[in-house]
Amino acid sequence: MDLDFMLEHLPRLLKATKLTIQLTLLSLFFGIFVGVFFAALRTSGNKILYYISYYYSYILRGTPLLVQIFIIYFGLGQVEWIRESFLWIILKEPYSCAIIAFTLNTGAYSSEIFRSAFETVNKGLVEAAKGLGLNKINTFFKIKLPIAIRQSLPAYGNEMILMLKGTSLASTVTLLDLTGVAKHIISTTFRPVEVFIVAGSIYLIMTFIIHNFIKFLEKKYNYN
Amino acid sequence: MKNIFKLFLSSIAALMIFFSSAQADSIRIGTEGAYPPWNAKDESGKLIGFEVELANFLCIYMEADCTIVEQDWDGMIPGLIMRKYDAIMAGMSITDERMKTINFSQGYADEVASLAVMKGSSLEGMDTPKAINLSTGGGDVKKALKTLTAALAGKTIGVQTATIHQNFLESGDVGNVKVRTYKTQDEVNLDLAAGRIDAALAAAVAFTDYAEKSGKPVVLVGPTFSGGAFGNGVGVGIRKDDTDLLKRFNKAINTARKNGKISELAIKWFGFDASM
Repeated sequence: MDLDFMLEHLPRLLKATKLTIQLTLLSLFFGIFVGVFFAALRTSGNKILYYISYYYSYILRGTPLLVQIFIIYFGLGQVEWIRESFLWIILKEPYSCAIIAFTLNTGAYSSEIFRSAFETVNKGLVEAAKGLGLNKINTFFKIKLPIAIRQSLPAYGNEMILMLKGTSLASTVTLLDLTGVAKHIISTTFRPVEVFIVAGSIYLIMTFIIHNFIKFLEKKYNYN
Repeated sequence: MKNIFKLFLSSIAALMIFFSSAQADSIRIGTEGAYPPWNAKDESGKLIGFEVELANFLCIYMEADCTIVEQDWDGMIPGLIMRKYDAIMAGMSITDERMKTINFSQGYADEVASLAVMKGSSLEGMDTPKAINLSTGGGDVKKALKTLTAALAGKTIGVQTATIHQNFLESGDVGNVKVRTYKTQDEVNLDLAAGRIDAALAAAVAFTDYAEKSGKPVVLVGPTFSGGAFGNGVGVGIRKDDTDLLKRFNKAINTARKNGKISELAIKWFGFDASM
């Protein structure tokens, strides 16, 4: 173990961490909307909407993230009419391809988390809202959603951590995120152990932060 | 009881002798299997290519039992050092940078690098000599690099990661081009064809092979490169402490060069004699 060597490459890895954080936050941000949207479809009571949401989550959760990112990046890049359409402006860039893949993936997992959270909302509360004259939309945003968010915190924290680690696959589509730069350094120094220990520690610190953030929220919104 | 114990001991001894003798003459050779025509895989997943066939002949000359091991390119040298295999034959050019970590046998083939673009690119028809050797330097080379610097300014160029091609582009010899690195040459070719990158840099044969097999209009542009960052031909990578194996490989390569085997295989796989 060579501490000097590790310190020497630390700044470059930290700089790459910025991209990892960016990818994680953006994907999670968009993923929440996708997740809530599909969870709402799932609990809407409409059969067609239910199956759209069901198969979306089934397919996205049933295939590896690596395969998904490859299909979006290399797969769609092979289709000529996509290359000639306006979509290519977005799909040409590895950065946006990665964000799309991660968002769709985390969206599928979050939709399941939110769905089960919605299902735990006490029916009595919904009926009470009805009795008070709240319409469907107001019941959703004022009663169901806040309770569901609190219910989904532990599972969603897990998903955040999984997404953070999932972003390491961005390196497979030429992005120089934390893993990408780590591999790059290894390929010129041929010392995988030291570099991966530093990169792994940085991931660990970020996981630690997410973990405690969720714990803090859980405590804050604990109404039991 | 005593007899059983004796039998047990002697069988262990026999096993140890068996394994140690098998170990002495078995060589594991690491290759990527994703850099056609140097090394690749056929549809059934079997390793094929110039280096796979050459390796088999070298092993015959060394009278050794060889197994060819597959390894991703970016872990090629670490894999050698960690003893996953004893030698590298993966289109790896002999460079000073790699020589700091591992040894190389004498070169067995010349790798000529070239830029490639899709037909109709603005980079076609660059006014440069046919070939430049960065080791010799001189006015021609300087002029060619200047032409390239001007033509490539602001362009995105794809290369396989951890290659001489990446090193060259990052050396500043052709200015500040945007370099995009890929895990395999296949992926470089895909993104070149898709138009995500303006040009790609690799062994010229890697592009001609791809153009031929895919039918995509990939064309070579600019000069072919050798010397300097491009190293001195392709050799067998061997751990620094394995001096005996190095000698054996050098001898076998000599034999294969003299009896014309390298030329024969090069013509078969590259279409021209790339032996050296």
